[in-house]
Amino acid sequence: MNEQLPALVVVIPLLFSFLIYLMGFIGRRMPYFLLLISSALTSLSSWKLLIRVIKEGPISYHIGGWEPPWGIEYRVDHLNGVLAFVVSLVAFLVILSFRERVEKEVEVSRWSQLYALFSLQLCGLLGITVTGDVFNLYVLLEIASFSAYAMVAIGKKGGEFSAFRYLIFGTIGACCYLLGVGHLYILTGSLNMVDIVNLLKNLPDSSALRVGLCLLVIGIGVKMALFPLHTWLPDAYSQAPSTVSAFLAPLATKVAGYVLLRILFWMFKPTFPSEKVLLEILGWLALIGAFFFSFMAIVQRELRRAFCYLLLSEISLLGMGVSSGNLDGLRGAILHLINDVFMMGCLFTSICAFIHLFENEGLKDLEGLGLKNPWVSLGFLIGGLSVIGIPPFGGFFSKWYLILGTIEGKKWHLLVGLLVSSLINAVLIFKILERIYLKGTHLELSKRLPFCFSVSLLSFSISLLLLGGLASTIVKKVIDPWIFSLGGF
Amino acid sequence: MDLQSGRVLMEKESLLPLLALLTPLFGSFLILLFGERRRNLREGTTLVISSLTLLWTFLMLEALNEGHILKKDLFELFPGLWFSFRADPFGMVFLLLSTSLWLIISIYSIGYMRSLNEHAQTRFFFCFSLAILGAIGVALSSNLASLFVFYEILTVSTFFLVAHEESPEALRAGRKYLVYLLSGASLGLFGIVYLWARYGNLSFLEGGFIGEVKDWALTFVFLVTFLGFGTKAALMPFHEWLPSAMIAPTPVSALLHAVAVVKAGVFTCLRILYFVFGAKDFPLGFLLGLSLFVSFTVIGANLLAIREDNLKRRLAFSTVNNLAVILLGGLMLSKEALKGAILHIPFHGFMKITLFMCAGSIYVSSKRERVSELDGIGHSMPFTMGAFTVAALGLCGIPPLCGFLSKWYLCLGTLEASKKWFLLVWLTSAFLDAVYFLPIVYRAFFKGKKDPMIKEAPLSMTIPLLLTALGSVVLGLFPNFLFHLLDLVKMVISSFWGV
Repeated sequence: MNEQLPALVVVIPLLFSFLIYLMGFIGRRMPYFLLLISSALTSLSSWKLLIRVIKEGPISYHIGGWEPPWGIEYRVDHLNGVLAFVVSLVAFLVILSFRERVEKEVEVSRWSQLYALFSLQLCGLLGITVTGDVFNLYVLLEIASFSAYAMVAIGKKGGEFSAFRYLIFGTIGACCYLLGVGHLYILTGSLNMVDIVNLLKNLPDSSALRVGLCLLVIGIGVKMALFPLHTWLPDAYSQAPSTVSAFLAPLATKVAGYVLLRILFWMFKPTFPSEKVLLEILGWLALIGAFFFSFMAIVQRELRRAFCYLLLSEISLLGMGVSSGNLDGLRGAILHLINDVFMMGCLFTSICAFIHLFENEGLKDLEGLGLKNPWVSLGFLIGGLSVIGIPPFGGFFSKWYLILGTIEGKKWHLLVGLLVSSLINAVLIFKILERIYLKGTHLELSKRLPFCFSVSLLSFSISLLLLGGLASTIVKKVIDPWIFSLGGF
Repeated sequence: MDLQSGRVLMEKESLLPLLALLTPLFGSFLILLFGERRRNLREGTTLVISSLTLLWTFLMLEALNEGHILKKDLFELFPGLWFSFRADPFGMVFLLLSTSLWLIISIYSIGYMRSLNEHAQTRFFFCFSLAILGAIGVALSSNLASLFVFYEILTVSTFFLVAHEESPEALRAGRKYLVYLLSGASLGLFGIVYLWARYGNLSFLEGGFIGEVKDWALTFVFLVTFLGFGTKAALMPFHEWLPSAMIAPTPVSALLHAVAVVKAGVFTCLRILYFVFGAKDFPLGFLLGLSLFVSFTVIGANLLAIREDNLKRRLAFSTVNNLAVILLGGLMLSKEALKGAILHIPFHGFMKITLFMCAGSIYVSSKRERVSELDGIGHSMPFTMGAFTVAALGLCGIPPLCGFLSKWYLCLGTLEASKKWFLLVWLTSAFLDAVYFLPIVYRAFFKGKKDPMIKEAPLSMTIPLLLTALGSVVLGLFPNFLFHLLDLVKMVISSFWGV
């Protein structure tokens, strides 16, 4: 069983997605519980996988026993090991929370379809994370994207249109990525990542290679919603059903962020001639993005849209860490990736719970929430404070490394961007906290939240606190081994 | 007791610093748990945790007295950088101040909140003890990173206290508070991370871990950090938030805006100047320039205080002035001036908290907030106004009150550093203090007639303010009384300059 772990984290949600759809014909509630079981099993196996990686080092798994570079290899090292665990855990927490919301929001006939899509989405995301084959990554990227398009389209009126826009953008991104893979394949004759890394070492620099790299980065940039390739995201995520945005917002963009790290630092090296320029451009774009998104976030009237922009500005911070490109910048970027999954999970689940209670998502409707429901307020409080980097929550620690990275790399423009965009985000967060805790009358009636929502929000809050306490352990056990394995640091 | 200055202090592992932090932490959650329905239990918790914390503080003082600096390393924040606490003499001064006054103010705030029938009292007491947790953490932290963690906890929890009224004006004050303090904290964070990147060390050391300061980059970082944390110390021109924050309930203004929050800013600035940069001079008379900048606040705040009619706002400007006095004393870089500056931290705390509590009592009994309305109030509230007079005279620096002592040392230190022009600053400041405090006393006792409708505030409010007024007299006469403040300060001094 233990040998099969890398495949299991992908196969379990894949098989379950079929099972979920079929079981929908038998019982109405069955699909949900199957989905819950599937995500719990995935979390469990990804946890075991992570432990194994930490103990034994990178694991290589050959699908169907075909030796790489001919067969498909799943390769789990420290970086994707931890990401797979974080993704599946947050997916589990989100799924745990939202049954009652789905039942209220989506018509009965679509329940099993939606749940099957959730499972398929999880399969795609985890597949992208663990695969060691650039073409297989493309396939899984499309599985994840297509299930995402369908999930978004289930949403309220207007959802279909934004899903269509999302589809156009997503497909362009996927095409760019595929073209990039094509370039690599022509130049190296291989699709296996380890193989490519070895072959690239001896390959002379050529414009074909540079174009290939750029295409890969642009393709992933669309999926990751880097400035200025972000335009699909706010519409798609704010028109989707609230449960879908709670699931996609924390996970999808982060997984794409992981692929960016994998391409820029593991497959290619920062010493690669054109990469220095690429990182520089990425830094400036992330800087502009961080400002732009933070400003956009504070002018929104709708809660979910505001948080979509917040999500985008957090991704820009990731871009800044990548652009710093040194040891601490990378540490910051990876830690931020991990933290951000939890922070966005916390915030978007809070929104989901909030919409469940009030069927409304205007910023104004938050007034007096602190008295109406302490759990939702807790989610907003902890998630929000963590996003703006208030210690002792996780967000502070990744911001510390990101700042450290910019100082060590002497990238002062990025430093200013980091500090100022966090301050602008603080405006949004405190605007929300002010509405929750300091406005509204003191005669508000409390509203009962489904038990599972409270459990999930509480777990998110505790995880954010733990991420703060465990930050140095995570860096030492997981992040540093990966970075040092790259060589050159 | 014998607290010999100059004796070598040994470090010793102990749980006490941790206990002093965990008590308010758990207490605050208990407060939340009891809530509005069991308010007696809730208030009981506040009293119990504040007394317990004071007890831990005295035990730490006792250990220090036996020559042990208690320390506790909890876990690693970042590889090589611990979340650790250390009860050194300088931290103890601030710790003693916050915990002793916390006990007193808890009694007062219970009386205050109940007499006014305030809303959301659970939130109030919860945030209050979290804020104190922040102040205690700032006092006990043994490096800049741990300090920053508590600094931010203090900032955020105080926000909810500043905006407690929930009126549009209070919300505006809260926003202003955040804008100033979070921006300041970002600058401070930049400075901290820069030092970590450059030196790989952030621990507070007597003499600092930074050698000679020669390059402009380091000077710039010092300036940014000093001003960043200076926002909490309400340095001009970053002082605007403090008078606005006076919209908060009086216990908040009293403890947080006279003692814990702003003093945390001053404390952090002094920590950076002495324990990080090691009290060494910067190139090109940089510190002289900074001293002039701070002197501007010393005088300017007092000038603004004179024309302020709202009593609490006038007190706020006086606070701005006194904080700058402490910072300026620190910037003199001389033995006696540092002694005066550190002594002024607790002394000003005692006097200012008395004044604020008096202002709160006046508001509770008469609903008056303006200086111009105070005619004859001394006849109706003799005890309260008596305490007010004592504290006001103390702040003007009249012997034998404790304000005199700190100012005396400050003046001595200025001469010692042969910066005699700064004597003018001290004297002008003291003169202006009298200009805006004495008219209040005059109005209260010698103008107007007794208003039979006004009575003293409830005992739970009057007793605390009499206690702190008494405290400021006793500390002036016996600066070593109970808290061993003078000995503690001597220990700090001797660690920099020898006995």
